[in-house]
Amino acid sequence: MSSDLAISVRGIGKTFRVGAAQAQATTLGEMLAQKLRAPFAKRERDFPFEALSDVSFEVRRGEVLGIVGRNGAGKSTLLKILSQITPPTRGEIDLRGRVGALLEVGTGFHPELTGRENIYLNGSILGMTRREIAREFDSIVAFAETEQFLDTPVKRYSSGMFVRLAFAVAAHLRPDILIVDEVLAVGDLAFQRKCLGKMDDVARHGGATVIFVSHQMSAVRALCGRALLLEGGKVSEDGRVETVLGRYIALSNAAQSAVTELPPGEAGAPARATTVRTFGMDHQPNCTFRLGEPWRARVEFEVLAPLSHFIAAFGLRTLEAVPLITWWSAPRDLSPGRYAVEFPCDVPFSAGSMEFTVGLSSGERTLYYAEGVGGITISEIAVGAQPFRASGAGLLTSMQRPEIIPALP
Amino acid sequence: MIPELQPESSLCGVPVLSTAGEAFRPGGGEGEIIVRIRPPRPWEALDLRSLWRFRDLLLALAVRDIKLRYRQTALGVLWVVLQPLLAAGIFAFVFGRIAHLDSGGVPYVLFCYAGLLAWNLFSGVVLKASGSLVANASLVAKIFFPRVVLPFSTVISTLLDFAIGLVVGLALLLAYGRVPGLALLAAPFWLAFLLLLATGVGLICAALAVAYRDVMHILVAVIPEGLPRTLYKLNPIAPLIEGFRGALLGQGSVGPRSAVYAIVFTIGVFMAGLIFFRRMERQFADVI
Repeated sequence: MSSDLAISVRGIGKTFRVGAAQAQATTLGEMLAQKLRAPFAKRERDFPFEALSDVSFEVRRGEVLGIVGRNGAGKSTLLKILSQITPPTRGEIDLRGRVGALLEVGTGFHPELTGRENIYLNGSILGMTRREIAREFDSIVAFAETEQFLDTPVKRYSSGMFVRLAFAVAAHLRPDILIVDEVLAVGDLAFQRKCLGKMDDVARHGGATVIFVSHQMSAVRALCGRALLLEGGKVSEDGRVETVLGRYIALSNAAQSAVTELPPGEAGAPARATTVRTFGMDHQPNCTFRLGEPWRARVEFEVLAPLSHFIAAFGLRTLEAVPLITWWSAPRDLSPGRYAVEFPCDVPFSAGSMEFTVGLSSGERTLYYAEGVGGITISEIAVGAQPFRASGAGLLTSMQRPEIIPALP
Repeated sequence: MIPELQPESSLCGVPVLSTAGEAFRPGGGEGEIIVRIRPPRPWEALDLRSLWRFRDLLLALAVRDIKLRYRQTALGVLWVVLQPLLAAGIFAFVFGRIAHLDSGGVPYVLFCYAGLLAWNLFSGVVLKASGSLVANASLVAKIFFPRVVLPFSTVISTLLDFAIGLVVGLALLLAYGRVPGLALLAAPFWLAFLLLLATGVGLICAALAVAYRDVMHILVAVIPEGLPRTLYKLNPIAPLIEGFRGALLGQGSVGPRSAVYAIVFTIGVFMAGLIFFRRMERQFADVI
């Protein structure tokens, strides 16, 4: 390994035994019973599941590498192996320098202990010595903005304060290699920005190597120069962040369809939504629309009992689960039967992918609710005037096109 | 770019420890840490040096245990002293006053107290060490550190209780006008083996409990009562406790045969604990 490499991963694989989940005994009694029933059957019901196979990559010192991939692609397993929580089944990794891993904010915090006590406890769990913690103590507290509450048990902290303190401890580890899993999902926007800033600082000025996993593509784009796309436990793309993210988005979109079958609601509910269909301007079923193109969503549902003041709702949120907009139907009293509502979606969204939220209610009661289902994509190719670059233009775009006029000299 | 495979013992000229998860600092000081992660080998004894490297964590966890035990109790740390006193008082009352058992001329309270002190140390370490991995499941699943730190940290926190109990015991001895003699010098010896045995059992049970939570139920049922009395002759704990009691009270002794038996047994269990823990360690995060 040449000395400017911080991480060298060679042919890493991890195999879990699944099916074992049902067959594997979790109490001694079950195990004994199994052994008695079939003493020589050596776990035949197990089948190996390859969470990771033949993953190889290298990271240079000071590089910030983003790892993206759909749920179950093996991101978490890879991070757990890199941070030595679980060993690989095959392959080798060399890490040069001290490793700090933050896979979850607040693990190791104890609710009964005060903020001060938790800083020391968590610091040592993450691998700092007492002296190092004492040295960083003031800047940890300053970063977390919790000076007044240092001697309050953290169980009385607001969730925001808790998350800030937890991140602050990890951020002051001063590792040579920092491994960060989806930790920004918690905390408010200002805090997220602060964390990103801190990670950037650690990499840029501290010379640390950072591996960063997030579903927030904006964060990956802002922080990382290079990204890795994991697909089914394999590295399917490794290169410049824009290229890899483009491939990842295309992958997410491939899972969308113009017809979304909705999950069944609560058993016994008097109404349930069944399907969402999306159509373009041409009335053809579609799930990819052009920037500025109006489209329609048709929500189909079933009513099993007479319901008064019935409302169907349809919403959109980003892939990062940020709610964007909700449309409601006009209220109506309904008798049992099948119904549908068509929502005209003429809001000028910017380019990107969105997921659906579907809800049904009667009076004050929610009868059905499903979120993060299906989805549509607004492509960067606009209807009419084509802006130079539409991605990252904001969640909404204005369709007004004011004239450019000569300025007065 | 395909990295060149280096011989295992050297990496760019610096020696590397190649066991999974072991860090090495060439030159012992300011040099760089290189970690090589690879699939674990099945049979390796646990490396106790990691305990020293993570001594701050060991202490921090022990301090946490102690703090948590007495937080939100009205009497606080007083309980450390009250608990053994109460237990000894009850024992002495029941067996001394009511049952008139013979304790060989020693006041029955002292006789009970000394035995109880040693037994509580043993059972405390076994119970707490066994539960230590499961109780810290989120740490095990999300953060890397030598897992063995968890059971060992419970040894420290239990030792603190014991030390306070010991001071109370010595005060009791003086109160009864008995000055401990030279025999007291043997006490650390018996204690060390008692601790070693308890830790060995604790390591095995802790590793088992990760996959089979039943272990805790079995221990809770067996530990408080059954073990010391059943199979008294075969029980390796009995000579250790008697040895400690004898050292404290300056009375009674352990025969050489049972002493040797207990010591050999203890070392065997401790070694088995280290090996078994290491073998199971690799799957803790996946199973817990």
